[in-house]
Amino acid sequence: MYDNEMKLEFLSKSSNEAFARITVAAFASQLDPTIEELADIKTAVSEAVTNSIIHGYENMEGIIKIKGRIIKNTVELEISDTGKGIENVELARKPLYTTKANLERSGMGFTIMESFMDEVEIDSVFGLGTKVIMRKKIKKHIEDLNEILSVGGVC
Amino acid sequence: MNINYEKKDKLLIVEITEEIDHHVVEKIRRKVDDGITRYMPRKTIFDFSRVSFMDSAGIGMIIGRYKMMKLIGGSLEIVNISSTVKRILEMSGINKIIPLEGKREVV
Repeated sequence: MYDNEMKLEFLSKSSNEAFARITVAAFASQLDPTIEELADIKTAVSEAVTNSIIHGYENMEGIIKIKGRIIKNTVELEISDTGKGIENVELARKPLYTTKANLERSGMGFTIMESFMDEVEIDSVFGLGTKVIMRKKIKKHIEDLNEILSVGGVC
Repeated sequence: MNINYEKKDKLLIVEITEEIDHHVVEKIRRKVDDGITRYMPRKTIFDFSRVSFMDSAGIGMIIGRYKMMKLIGGSLEIVNISSTVKRILEMSGINKIIPLEGKREVV
């Protein structure tokens, strides 16, 4: 059904933030993204995983799951936890809004996810957990080039 | 990371050598705050030439150190910043209060 799929499960330890973003980046590399596109994906994953650790599990131990899919030239990522959930998703999405200002959190997590990915869906049930689904279309550089060349040929 | 104090110009130079995320900011925060309270520098300079990745945890860390420097009447600057990291800082509006354009020779 999908062109490719992977699943990742790890403990909600902050040392796994780098592991998660690097692993997802390696998976997304199959689509031959630019360095910038790859940096966007890494940053969005880092934000979602950090949210699960700090807000979802509030630094207690839990499991974070990542499902990655490649559908044609789109990367779809589903990052979920079974932590405490988000009480007000609309508020959480607002730039600079944070419930943890005392920890020097900037409140930019969702804003960064939204600007670096094409689509971000937040599915959260207060008390049960949060699932973030993000999609990013990777531009097909080689095919684009071929298109330009073929158009050039017709002219 | 490396922290050096240049006594002559009262500069605290902080060279960060790892990816900046929630996992490492706690350590950076502790070391930089320790340096600031010990030397009371005129300016703290973050050298980002070896920072290839930063997420929003870095924004909070930088704003925190900016406030601390302001409190002691000093300033903060970030130099040698990559375009990827700059994009994140600009998104937060940090570039309006902290200079990001600077370059500095890495010794």
